[in-house]
Amino acid sequence: MQMQPDAPPAAPRRFRLNGRDRSVTVPDHALLIDTLRETLRLTGTKQGCDGGECGACTVLIDSVPRLACLTRTGECEGRVVETIEGLARQGRMNRVQRAFHEQLGTQCGYCTPGMVMAAEALLRRVPHPTEPEIRAALAGNLCRCTGYVKIIAAVQAAAGEG
Amino acid sequence: MEPLAPFRVLAPASIAEAVAAAAAHQGARFLAGGTDLLVNLRHGIGAPGVLIDLRSIPELRRLGPDRGIGAAVTLAEIAAAPPMLAAYPALIAAAASVAGPAHRAAGTLGGNLCLDTRCIFYNRGEWWRSATAFCLKHRGETCHVAPTGHRCHAAFSGDLAPALLAYDAEMRIAGPDGLRTEPLSALYAEDGAAHLRLGPGEFLAGVILPPDPWPAAYAKARTRGAIDFPLAGVAVALRTEAGSVAGLRVALTGTNARPFLLAGTEALLGTPVDAAWRDRLGRLVQKQVSPMRTTLAAAHYRRRVAAALAGRVAAQLAEAA
Ligand SMILES: Cc1cc2nc3c(=O)[nH]c(=O)nc-3n(C[C@H](O)[C@H](O)[C@H](O)COP(=O)(O)OP(=O)(O)OC[C@H]3O[C@@H](n4cnc5c(N)ncnc54)[C@H](O)[C@@H]3O)c2cc1C
Ligand code: SF4
Ligand code: FES
Ligand code: FES
Repeated sequence: MQMQPDAPPAAPRRFRLNGRDRSVTVPDHALLIDTLRETLRLTGTKQGCDGGECGACTVLIDSVPRLACLTRTGECEGRVVETIEGLARQGRMNRVQRAFHEQLGTQCGYCTPGMVMAAEALLRRVPHPTEPEIRAALAGNLCRCTGYVKIIAAVQAAAGEG
Repeated sequence: MEPLAPFRVLAPASIAEAVAAAAAHQGARFLAGGTDLLVNLRHGIGAPGVLIDLRSIPELRRLGPDRGIGAAVTLAEIAAAPPMLAAYPALIAAAASVAGPAHRAAGTLGGNLCLDTRCIFYNRGEWWRSATAFCLKHRGETCHVAPTGHRCHAAFSGDLAPALLAYDAEMRIAGPDGLRTEPLSALYAEDGAAHLRLGPGEFLAGVILPPDPWPAAYAKARTRGAIDFPLAGVAVALRTEAGSVAGLRVALTGTNARPFLLAGTEALLGTPVDAAWRDRLGRLVQKQVSPMRTTLAAAHYRRRVAAALAGRVAAQLAEAA
């Protein structure tokens, strides 16, 4: 294979990830989803469509839900990134994860990390959301299994605990 | 999906630096939220070696002063209904109707107005497109939608343009010749493969809303209610005097290669909005939209739904007046 004549150089990108300062050395075009899954081996963030369609790759950047498949790692410089791996404390699931588990808000589980992150962001911003607010917050997250009813019940249960 | 072809990202600190960067790197593309551009690049549509990130320009990230909105302001900021936009509900509704929350947190006003046109034969991976034979819009010679024609009919499907056109907003264009202000409608051309009238190195710096806007609203039809591009989107600005229509602007998206202001609305002035008036408006819309088979929904459905939405939105505004 021919070498790219001016392949963009990799550079260190520093950000806070799940409560720890991290530095990864990747080129400008590296996408956060690949940095998380391939470089950092954090495979909790799922790759569904790779094109902004499904929400499976939802992570939080400064507490705002963002799609890791459409976010360059370079954009995260100096920011606070959270993935599904960052929610549990000392092996205990957080309230949203627990509610998804208890309310059967997860079946095959592929959409679940993204759903949980989107719900977590909503509950930080709006501790007691209405059902339309929950639906709006999860609008970009597709689920092929649950039919959404139990996902919404899970978010309501998590809000009740909060 | 294909891996992203390598590129470098430049982060200019000012409009002048962005203009200089574009001049120094022929073939560079402007980047904002990336929610359209990165998807297309991953589909192998273009492989620019350099992207110029406009979000690093503080001036472009500003809401205000006065009625200016910088091109890099996010859709989430607009949808949050800041006080400055209180008189422009159609713009707020349009921003809130774009995609899902994560797209709106990243997507910008400029990216939405400069959105690439869309077509079922174009918004596909490289492999899929090569299997059907590349089409006219990128790398190929024939249009699979209208094979006997010589032009691309991909539809402009941004939600903000119709709202801003109905408000009669202006745009600020930056480029090698400095900054210029023009009506937003001057940005667009009816050609799906070249729908933006931006010269080499030119980019959108922002829009300017007019003072004292007419009451206006926006509605769109889409396949999935939760998140989807408009199959047809209609913004109506309507002013009444003593129960009769005294001013009317109707702008459409999703039906043509460009968002556009409906022509001939003067004929609808001077009468109240009743069933006959709505019929006349509907006919005017049906005559000027030209949806083609670029979506999974049938073209004739998009034509009719555009007309129906225009009538419905106008009636709601007339009732509220
Ligand atoms: C699943 C999904 C659903 C979507 N649904 C909708 C929808 O319902 N409605 C809708 O309108 N959009 C929708 N979008 C498209 C997109 O998210 C939005 O239109 C968004 O506003 C694009 O803005 P951006 O900043 O991300 O653009 P980018 O991707 O950064 O840029 C888009 C294009 O504009 C150019 N550009 C960007 N800024 C400028 C500028 N200032 N001057 C000149 N050129 C510029 C770029 O070079 C590129 O060609 C959807 C996208 C996805 C993935
Ligand atoms: S309208 Fe024709 S030329 Fe344009 S994208 Fe579709 S198939 Fe290609
Ligand atoms: S993988 Fe990111 S939205 Fe589907
Ligand atoms: S649980 Fe299977 S996709 Fe949601």
